[in-house]
Amino acid sequence: MTRLAVVVFPGSNCEHDVVEGLARVGIESRLVWHGESSLGDVDGVVLPGGFAHGDYLRPGAIARFSPVMKAVGEAAHDGAPVVGICNGFQVLTEAGLLPGALRRNAGLRFLCRTTRCRVATNRSVLTRACTAGEVLELPINHNEGNFTCDETTLQRLYERDQIVLTYEDNPNGSLADIAGICNEAGNVVGLMPHPERASSELLGSLDGIGLLASLAS
Amino acid sequence: MRFSAVVEVSGLEGIADPEGQTIERALPALGFEQIWHVRVGKLFRFELEAADEQAARERCDELCRRLLANPVIEQYSAVVTAASR
Repeated sequence: MTRLAVVVFPGSNCEHDVVEGLARVGIESRLVWHGESSLGDVDGVVLPGGFAHGDYLRPGAIARFSPVMKAVGEAAHDGAPVVGICNGFQVLTEAGLLPGALRRNAGLRFLCRTTRCRVATNRSVLTRACTAGEVLELPINHNEGNFTCDETTLQRLYERDQIVLTYEDNPNGSLADIAGICNEAGNVVGLMPHPERASSELLGSLDGIGLLASLAS
Repeated sequence: MRFSAVVEVSGLEGIADPEGQTIERALPALGFEQIWHVRVGKLFRFELEAADEQAARERCDELCRRLLANPVIEQYSAVVTAASR
């Protein structure tokens, strides 16, 4: 059985949703406090959504210096699945584990709504159980989801098939409609939408199941 | 020696600043005409200990690069002076 760590920063608020969502696809997970230096005996790690360290300075800017981030960096380097959802995506870019940055939404509004996202590649650890091209209904809930990077980096993202999810109807001004990206190896993935909030009929969508289940394969 | 630092962080030139643009658009309605290129940034003030001014600048520079500014989207300028005590 796949076992994952779910990191809890001061201000994280989606960690229990992630644990429940993962449980629905048969993945056992344990919460790991950000002050820990080890993730424990796990196959990978999820950085959940929320407002780590109050989002002070910039979202993720202080979280990247949390003690646990050394272990997260090592897991990424070793090829283990490392997934950042929403605030977790922001942490991964600040930590330099993913390229680019997430800026304030173009409309300057906090966005809380369901978006339609297209799976751009299924070679990442988060989309390997999905079909490239399929469209998923996934909720977003963020103020800084406007992905940006320089032109050279964008070119590399295209060339190396690192764009994982794109918005069908760009809600936040994100460059190239990007909702999620991965590193070159495909084991580190960051995305703004919340698959764990689309993992039960009660939540209005089951479209996040394929993403979460990808982590088990 | 104790030094004072003032660091200004702002978006890289060429990167859209929707907050600055929104303020700029609101200005005429408030009677402020002929004001252009509004950019919004952050200001940090702090004191630091260093052997000399050169060392103080280097420490400040490292702090800016590693924490205060995200070089992917932001630029910074720092003014470091001997603190008056």
